Amino acid sequence: MSSAPRYWREIPYRYRLEASLCERCGSKFYPPRIICPNCKSREMKRIRLPKRGTLVSYSVVYFPPKGFELQTPYVVGLVEIDGVKVVGQITDVLPSELKIGMELEACFRKVRVNGKSGIIQYGIKFRKPEKRDADESYVPIGVR
Amino acid sequence: MQYMGSIEESSYSHQTKVDNLGKSLAAIVGLGMIKVGMHWSKSIRELAVEAGLKALDDAGNPDVDAVYVSNMASGLFCDQENLADLIADYLALTPAPAVKIEAACASGGVALTQAVAAVASGVYDTILLVGVEKMSELVSTEVTNAIACCLDAEYEKFYGVTFQAANALLMRMYMEKYRVKREAFGEFVSLMHQNATKNPYAQLRFPVTVEQYLNSPVIADPIRLLDCAPVGDGAAALVITSTKKAKKVVDNPVFIKGIGQATDTISIKDRVDPLFLRSVSKAAETAFQMAGCSIEDVDVVELHDSFPFVAFMAMEALGLAERGKAYKLLENGDIKPGGKLPINLSGGLKARGHPIGATGVYQAAELSLQLIGEAGSLQADSPAKALMVSIGGVASNAAVIVLERGD
Repeated sequence: MSSAPRYWREIPYRYRLEASLCERCGSKFYPPRIICPNCKSREMKRIRLPKRGTLVSYSVVYFPPKGFELQTPYVVGLVEIDGVKVVGQITDVLPSELKIGMELEACFRKVRVNGKSGIIQYGIKFRKPEKRDADESYVPIGVR
Repeated sequence: MQYMGSIEESSYSHQTKVDNLGKSLAAIVGLGMIKVGMHWSKSIRELAVEAGLKALDDAGNPDVDAVYVSNMASGLFCDQENLADLIADYLALTPAPAVKIEAACASGGVALTQAVAAVASGVYDTILLVGVEKMSELVSTEVTNAIACCLDAEYEKFYGVTFQAANALLMRMYMEKYRVKREAFGEFVSLMHQNATKNPYAQLRFPVTVEQYLNSPVIADPIRLLDCAPVGDGAAALVITSTKKAKKVVDNPVFIKGIGQATDTISIKDRVDPLFLRSVSKAAETAFQMAGCSIEDVDVVELHDSFPFVAFMAMEALGLAERGKAYKLLENGDIKPGGKLPINLSGGLKARGHPIGATGVYQAAELSLQLIGEAGSLQADSPAKALMVSIGGVASNAAVIVLERGD
């Protein structure tokens, strides 16, 4: 499976939801792109997406790929944040609580324990927003 | 102002560049298929060689200038890359050039467009195209992992999103927006299984009721087991030759009149209008333009039904139904055997089976049998024009091909 460098280089996007904004046409993309597919401009500025978004669609996975057996069943969703869509897991939620349009917030979680190289991989998951300090579990780790 | 975070329609400017519109690009002069199934006793090379030899025998063993192999994931499924060389070697065709073409589930359709383009250009006179996939070497979690490699590995698959789950996201949106009932998908599944009972090459040759569909186990909600194509092994092959040579090789060639291929964003998250299969629509537009005809002229279709709702969206992208209304084609019987435009007389991916990289080649072989009138109990009423639609990823890649009976 993934080597340490492969995991490490994705950290800014997976930990902090770094995206890109086209300075010419205003389109935003997650993960970042270096050329805008809409206007072909290469003036792309690095931005960070806010933490709150809404649920566009979801699925409850009962038949997992290798490496996710112990998490099954788990929920994956399409989440819209500030006009940008992100695919990820929805956590701390019962399937019966899921509703299209519901508000979600990004939180920092363990994604998987990698088999071969033994790296514990982290990333963003989404959960129902908590009223108390929303930043608590969102750890902005500066790696680069 | 465009919808931020998505890619606009206007940024595409795909144009057909073939000037001999309406003429034949190449011809199919031989075909071979293996029954799709769990071939525990056969390796990927044996499957490919068996299908390849059948096709060559069917064409009367002409000289082969190149071998094209369509396959999605032999490396993951069988630890075998350099697959085209292996197959050319065991078909006793070295030193002919050989190449593997991969475009996820659309590999077969895309490889056919590539082979036709190569023959039409005059670079090669005769190409043997072998589509093969051997999926039964792995256990189910590993198969699920391998299939999910057609998604964005870093931003979808990483989080445990399976191919079925990515499609489930889209299926839920389709059902929510158009209020399509689950029963409509069940009707499609039931039709596919019914068709497959007559197909000697099909994997699932038994009928399925709508009730069985509705009660099948959940894979990735709302996708259930009977939404999915089965896991299986298969190989199919075609001998493709130049239009000029075709009639010298066989009496009843099938002519390829138009080829189209188009892509879309790899992830549905980047699409402005995810419920419209732009790749299919664009590829069809190109293929029909090249063939100088339209969907109205087509008599029989093989359509990539990776899930029933994908088949519905593909029919809508082809212009056969308004958006969200494809289920009506089932209700009025249009797509059933004997209907106005029979779709998937083979049983489709759902019941013929979906040995991923081979599927598009099966479609072309099945349609060729239809056009030359040798489809046995599947035979449609003397079709003259056929259409195949091969889709890869979550419709991020599509190949559409127009075939015609050679009179």
